[in-house]
Amino acid sequence: MAGNVLAVTGLHKSFGGLKVIDEVSFDVARGSRTALIGPNGAGKTTIFNLLTGVYPVDAGSVVLAGSDITDIPSKDRVVHGMSRSFQNIRLMPHLSTVENVMLGQHARAHSLGQLLFPLGLVARNRWRAEAEAALAEAGLDSYPGEVVANLPYGVQKRIEVVRAMISRPQLLLLDEPAAGLNDVETRQLQALLEQVSAIGVTILVVEHDMHFVRNLCDHVVVLNFGRKIFEGSPEEVHRSPVVLEAYLGTDEPGSGEGAAGAA
Amino acid sequence: MSGYVEAQLIILCLSVIYAYAIFLPAASGQLNLGAAGFITLGAYASGWLNNADGLGLPMGVGMVLAMLFVGAIGFAISLPILRTRGVYMVLATFAFAEVVSGIAINMEFLGGAAGMPVDAHAPVEIVVAVAVAVVLFCFYFMSTRLGLALRSIHDDENVALLFGVDVRTARVVAFTVGGMLAGLGGAVYGHHYNYVEAQTFNVLLSIYILLYVLLGGTQTAWGPLVGAVFFTVIPEIFRHVAIEMGSDWLADSRFIFFGMFIVLMMVVRPEGVVTRTMQDRCAGFLSGRRGRARRAAE
Repeated sequence: MAGNVLAVTGLHKSFGGLKVIDEVSFDVARGSRTALIGPNGAGKTTIFNLLTGVYPVDAGSVVLAGSDITDIPSKDRVVHGMSRSFQNIRLMPHLSTVENVMLGQHARAHSLGQLLFPLGLVARNRWRAEAEAALAEAGLDSYPGEVVANLPYGVQKRIEVVRAMISRPQLLLLDEPAAGLNDVETRQLQALLEQVSAIGVTILVVEHDMHFVRNLCDHVVVLNFGRKIFEGSPEEVHRSPVVLEAYLGTDEPGSGEGAAGAA
Repeated sequence: MSGYVEAQLIILCLSVIYAYAIFLPAASGQLNLGAAGFITLGAYASGWLNNADGLGLPMGVGMVLAMLFVGAIGFAISLPILRTRGVYMVLATFAFAEVVSGIAINMEFLGGAAGMPVDAHAPVEIVVAVAVAVVLFCFYFMSTRLGLALRSIHDDENVALLFGVDVRTARVVAFTVGGMLAGLGGAVYGHHYNYVEAQTFNVLLSIYILLYVLLGGTQTAWGPLVGAVFFTVIPEIFRHVAIEMGSDWLADSRFIFFGMFIVLMMVVRPEGVVTRTMQDRCAGFLSGRRGRARRAAE
């Protein structure tokens, strides 16, 4: 479908006898900001790992921007326009901020000539300049040469987004981007994601913080026990009794705010 | 240059070449304890190609061909060896070196256990020139996008993969090029001393070389240089100090203190003498106040 960046159809995944993902289908509309939510163990991160090829799928298909990427290796998926951040920050601790961002350029620069170009010796080259400009645009230009292990958590989270964005994805996958951030850092991250969305990149986010989801997203897919149980706008999800039940494990009508808080 | 200083310089240059050979795979997180195997191959191949009763090729041609030969062997064994990790890779590369040594000793045309004389002599200038070239090459290599990919693999290979790095190919390249450099080191050794004997390239040599790299640090291209210089020069200084103090016992037992020093280094600087942060600090210090003022302004 032309209107979708991502089409996931009939996805299945089991680990041994445990069905982790069971017949999950959803589409992500181009330019949308879609959230994937659900209680712990619902299979959200597993879906991300299936999308990025960390695990092979048992059945079903993943179509990204018109190409079927179900069976292509992880390293080739970024070329098709998919990039991600991680639940626990996974920047390269021994690389500087700029070098981490330059790793994000790899898929765009993997010809032999580019691989053998001495990035580190030529002080002014277009790749470094591009990485520095991307950091500056995200308000992160204070620490280009710093080794990332020494930087604050919120800064590292945003560097992950910049690294993912510089591969020029059509679809940006964010795994719990707001987890562990304080209010200021969450607002900074949200501003960065607004920038990302403004240039037309589609965002698919796994997130527990419903406040963050409601501020950022326009569409929500709800998973529970590996199945899709609901899909709709944040308001619809907020009102949905099915979702409330999944989160609270009771059919007693609680307040939506409370359920979201527990999420 | 006195004979003593020249001899030490040769040992230093060879150590530096060997160290960089093991550094390249180590920079991507692979521990290679098979340096002696690659050195043996390079030394015998280059010697045989050059010798009159071998192929009789000019020394330079023999060295280049030997390097390519060792690279081909390195490439071939990298495919199975790179399937192993950590301590298993250490064992696999160690086993490779033992196999090479065993074969060399049993080859009659290579002189067997008695060793093989090598015709052409490489004077100290050539040894130094090769060492300098290897150092420069490795600094270039690590500054490339491929070098960046290798360092990324060292930190987190799964993330590197998701950003499009062909992890397997990158590791094969690092292992193979490292093998070629070790082979070159072996070739230089053979031509300088004009004699090759498999027993001199034993596991102790492989261990020392891996220690140069690990204690020097695998995060920057300075690590192996610092490690090799340190390891070659410090024991000699210990010896001179002990002799100055008039103690033969100290001079003879300097390796005890050196060993204790190594243990101490591992406790104090487990990531090696030269780390990335240290390099940045040194660079910052050298660029001086101007850099600090600029950073403050930012």
